[in-house]
Amino acid sequence: MAIDLPTIWAAIIAFAVLAYVVLDGFDLGVGILFPFFPQRHERDLMTNSIAPVWDGNETWLVLGGGGLMAVFPVVYATVLPALYMPIIVMLLALIFRGVAFEFRWRTQRASHYWDYGFWIGSTLAGFMQGIALGALVEGIEIADRQYVGGWWDWLSPFSILTGVAVVIGYALLGACWLNLKTLGDIQQRARRIAMITGVLMLGLIGAVSLWSPFINQVYFERWFSWPTAFFSAFVPLLLAVCAVALWHGLTTDKHLQPFLAALGLFVLSFVGLGISFYPYIVPGSLTIEEAAAPDSSLMFLLVGAAVMIPTILAYTAYAYWVFRGKMDPEEGYH
Amino acid sequence: MTFGMTAEILARIQFAFTISFHFIFPAFSIGTASYLAVLNALWLWKRDVAYLKLFEYWKTIFAITFGMGVVSGIVMSYQFGTNWSVFSDRAGAVIGPLMGYEVLTAFFLEAGFLGIALFGRKRVGDGLHMFAVAAVAVGTLISATWITSANSWMHTPAGYGIDANGNFFPEDWWAIIFNPSFPYRMTHTILAAFLTTAFAVGAVGAWHLLRDRSNRQAQIMFSMAMWMAAIVTPMQILVGDMHGINTLEHQPAKIAAMEGHYETHTDGAPLIIFGIPDDEAEKTHFAIEIPKLGSLILTHELDGTVRGLKEWAREDRPPALIPFFTFRIMVGLGLLMFATGLWSLWARWRRNLFTNTWLHRAALVMGPSGFVAVLAGWYTTEVGRQPYTVYGLMRTADSLSPVDAPAVGASLVAFIIVYFLVFGAGVFYLLRLMRRVPVMEEDHELDKGPHRAAGITPGPAQEEPIREGHSSGN
Repeated sequence: MAIDLPTIWAAIIAFAVLAYVVLDGFDLGVGILFPFFPQRHERDLMTNSIAPVWDGNETWLVLGGGGLMAVFPVVYATVLPALYMPIIVMLLALIFRGVAFEFRWRTQRASHYWDYGFWIGSTLAGFMQGIALGALVEGIEIADRQYVGGWWDWLSPFSILTGVAVVIGYALLGACWLNLKTLGDIQQRARRIAMITGVLMLGLIGAVSLWSPFINQVYFERWFSWPTAFFSAFVPLLLAVCAVALWHGLTTDKHLQPFLAALGLFVLSFVGLGISFYPYIVPGSLTIEEAAAPDSSLMFLLVGAAVMIPTILAYTAYAYWVFRGKMDPEEGYH
Repeated sequence: MTFGMTAEILARIQFAFTISFHFIFPAFSIGTASYLAVLNALWLWKRDVAYLKLFEYWKTIFAITFGMGVVSGIVMSYQFGTNWSVFSDRAGAVIGPLMGYEVLTAFFLEAGFLGIALFGRKRVGDGLHMFAVAAVAVGTLISATWITSANSWMHTPAGYGIDANGNFFPEDWWAIIFNPSFPYRMTHTILAAFLTTAFAVGAVGAWHLLRDRSNRQAQIMFSMAMWMAAIVTPMQILVGDMHGINTLEHQPAKIAAMEGHYETHTDGAPLIIFGIPDDEAEKTHFAIEIPKLGSLILTHELDGTVRGLKEWAREDRPPALIPFFTFRIMVGLGLLMFATGLWSLWARWRRNLFTNTWLHRAALVMGPSGFVAVLAGWYTTEVGRQPYTVYGLMRTADSLSPVDAPAVGASLVAFIIVYFLVFGAGVFYLLRLMRRVPVMEEDHELDKGPHRAAGITPGPAQEEPIREGHSSGN
């Protein structure tokens, strides 16, 4: 594994995508759980708990997209047309979800419609992201730097499975977030949901893991042949540790531990994907090396990224710190 | 769902539609963010609750506008790939890093500090809150800088090379960022955003003055807005003129389209005040002209040469009709803004700024002028850039994704329905918020919001006594 500019950038893009998935994951998850919390005051508390941070979370999605165009333009130019419909639906879903934060306060009569928008938007966005992931794992047809597949290639039993898995995973993150941010009845229910979605999530991770080696011979070799098998053996082991930590935290009234354990599940699943993909960036079609923009582009943006990403992480952490702790039901709406 | 159109036309309509909706939100929120920073600074400096009340009043409006800008902007960042993948592939190495820098230096800054600016005053104290408000304002300006740089490069490409596959690659980043039209376009765009906000704020102030001319908050916002109108509009006209001269140098065909000139004039071109350009007949019908004025404005000489569209092959010409009219709409509105600014100065001098009902009515009517002018200017420059995406180098027709027309058509319909529904509701809520009287009482039913999203018990900085009017600070 040579450390050159394309590899560094692949790592940065992977980091941006992971940051997006876990950060927007928990706030989309809060939206996905709306039907289980029908009371107005519950939903106020839920949206207020993510209102100060959701916009920053979603910016990682823009970095993933914008960054991809800058450093792997051919990936951006082939993957997005290949995933045309899931991407468009995701964007529209994110619109409903994003405006609902403000709109639901601006009307009394129509407020519950925006709540529906928040729920459906969050769920659909997560589902489409999962479908996009599944379609990418299955591979997309590229010839002469262009997408040459059909318009429904992304739709398959496997991509639907990954779509469901992502929605369940986000719901788990959202439930663990509520366990962290609330007390009393809401926290109790969130905890029960976290247990159920946690079990489902582990089952789905297992299903996807067992299925994917048979989609592509490369994955099979990656997982079961030396030396990568060394890493791929570690991933399930650590997954088991996270699963135990999650369950233990939920059953012993821990508030932060389940959230961290759920994040761990996501990080490990993502690492598993990374092991499967490398050295490809689009499995089977484009390697990191051949998809990279000229070094001058990579270097120019790397200077900025090296300075800015730590800075961004610092002030993002600060923003989370400012809004830390339990939600006060009296404070949010008055 | 192709409506008998090609994928290229559908994709262009989709881009024009989504970016038009997107553009009006940042055009407003760039100015509003700076306005909020000024209001908050005035409140901290003078400790006059009127400024705090105004800050809270406009903060809610800003939050909605900014939210709509964010979600419509995410669409833009992905649309390059979905609909214009060949462009993205070929120009991505040059234009992508500019957008990457926009995300790294601006979007995160805005988003990271927005929560604190909106909900965090009592949690972090006045000083850090001011810092957060200023960070959001600076973020919007940095964002505008990068994106106009990227856009300008597409108009006046520089600092690039083209490899064997026809892909652009960067040679000189300084030349790419500071490409020839960038300084003019950036200044023109940011001033336009400030004017958009100024006239929107002025209209809201005027509306409330027409109801109660003694309302102090309304007086303050109206007065601030009219200072902006009086000072910034002349600056904008000057910058616009320089931008036009820059365009004449680099994109003369665009100027010819804007002016409705098909013939080249070597002995002084007339200014066509009105007419109907006809690309088929290569003639501007019903032209009302002022001799020599066109050359005077464009070249600052009575007999300066102005080239006409016939100098270019038909397939290399921009269509003239849209730039011709949108340019006139923009300039016309600019002159009306200038007149409003002068009128306000006169009223100020006569000491009837807050009692001059006719001025207030005029300012109310001028409320949407900035939005219309921004869009009209945008159409002028973008349609005038046709038939290229990268001017002179890459054609729009060659930039398209290998998409089928039905896919683009269906997504276009979805965008239209969702945008009108969502942003229509958003604009309705904005207008309703603007209708609220900016008073000291804090019992507006609609003033509630996801405010001060709660957390731990407030620390020392938040425990200071609540000042009068401060409890609405959320």
